[in-house]
Amino acid sequence: MKAFTYAKARDVADAVGSVGSRPGATFIAGGTDLLNLMKDGAQIHDQLIDINGLPLAGITQEQGVVKIGGLARMGDVAAHPLIRRTFPVLSEALLASASPQVRNMAAIGGNLLQRTRCGYFRDVGSPCNKRAPGSGCSAIGGENRGHAVLGGSESCIAVQPSDLAVALLALDATVVATGPSGERRIPFDEFYLLPGNSPDRETVLGHGDLIVGVEIPTSALALRSRYLKLRDRATFEFAVVSVAAALNLRGQVVQDVRLTFGGVATKPWRSREAEAALRGRALTEASITDAGQAAVAGAVAREHNAFKIELLRRALSVIVKDLGGVR
Amino acid sequence: MSEVQPNRRAVLKAGGAAAAAALVAPDPALAKEIVGEPVAEPAVDIALTVNGQVRRLAVEPRVTLLDALRERLELTGTKKGCDRGECGACTVLVDGRRIKSCLTLAVMRDGCSVTTVEGLAQGGKLHPVQAAFIRRDAFQCGACTSGQIMSAVACVQEGHTGSADEIREWMSGNLCRCAVYPNIVAAVQDAAVEVRR
Repeated sequence: MKAFTYAKARDVADAVGSVGSRPGATFIAGGTDLLNLMKDGAQIHDQLIDINGLPLAGITQEQGVVKIGGLARMGDVAAHPLIRRTFPVLSEALLASASPQVRNMAAIGGNLLQRTRCGYFRDVGSPCNKRAPGSGCSAIGGENRGHAVLGGSESCIAVQPSDLAVALLALDATVVATGPSGERRIPFDEFYLLPGNSPDRETVLGHGDLIVGVEIPTSALALRSRYLKLRDRATFEFAVVSVAAALNLRGQVVQDVRLTFGGVATKPWRSREAEAALRGRALTEASITDAGQAAVAGAVAREHNAFKIELLRRALSVIVKDLGGVR
Repeated sequence: MSEVQPNRRAVLKAGGAAAAAALVAPDPALAKEIVGEPVAEPAVDIALTVNGQVRRLAVEPRVTLLDALRERLELTGTKKGCDRGECGACTVLVDGRRIKSCLTLAVMRDGCSVTTVEGLAQGGKLHPVQAAFIRRDAFQCGACTSGQIMSAVACVQEGHTGSADEIREWMSGNLCRCAVYPNIVAAVQDAAVEVRR
């Protein structure tokens, strides 16, 4: 790791001011991704501002909204009775992430900002448009079994790896951020950016913006929600394909539904087309097949990742049948 | 830029000593360099309570808790495996919770209480988890063992020992390349009974 200076933030304004005024500075909370990136040289910072002392770790409910502080740890959120009862998909997605030790360390805000696991991004010897804009994409013509089939561009096909983000997208969450230009509330489906020609920009946040929390509305839809994560081994691995699903049924007819995907796209992916294929229809083999078809309609396979398209269809079918009690 | 820049794959394919020389000097243009003025490296004074003893030291900010324990406090029971949070060999307890000491900076843990494998035995008597690992032959080469034991201590405390499957899931942050997993699971099951007794 290259040398850097270190300071503990006194309060949120101090943290935002310190990072915002120095181009090479960044926040450190759990540090579980940042320190790996700095050890590998994929990110280099000359100052770290430690935000762990800030009072942003709470989990509270106000009227119909649950607020989770940006510094709440993954393990604490997953185990919280309110979260388990109100948002099963959120608890399941967190428990399917990382390892128990990392879940004790990693914070919610940092989880949303973790960088891709694309091996070329993390290897400073390889060209990568996300790490070094303009240097080229090594994955498009290289080893791309783990890469995106949705949302890619000719600049980048790296997958955004957060399971938490897939669950929060299904739950219509809002990211609350504060920064040099004040507080912003960002609907979750506007938070992440497609890579386009600038894959180095991954979210709408600017330098010095800090995630102070996420807010999630409670709903009947959220109560019946699940997370299915398919990986190369049983646990402690990133998703090959994952699906977060939430379902509200009247009888066998779908009143409302959310279908979001991880492991397959350059950002947490919601398929409104797949949802539309189910809304207002009975849950049957035919309607579920239509939803799967709609979900992968725009998918682009590369040399090694075509299997993800079929796997996504099957994962969607399994989780929707499971949630809907369809045999 | 991609024409003049050999990537790692091309270099590995080319093989040989020239390739090895190329590997040690990656082009800095490929790293996202966002550094302002040159960095001084002032050491920071910190105090850690390690295995019940207050230890004061001055560390550069970039020193991980793992390196501070091993290199500065000479507590080499905590192992450095991957140094990337993947293997779990560096697991310690900080304020009672298990963490990976390679993924946290020593300066971030100023004022914290750290328990390493050296701090488990009390008055010459092994911790029940340590005794169970010996009884169940839950190690082979030993490289992962102190991390496995620290994780197992936390796993038992957390109550994640209801079944062999639950233990496997909650011990998944600790890899064992000798694959002694069945014996580790048996040791954790034994220790859970022992600790509750």
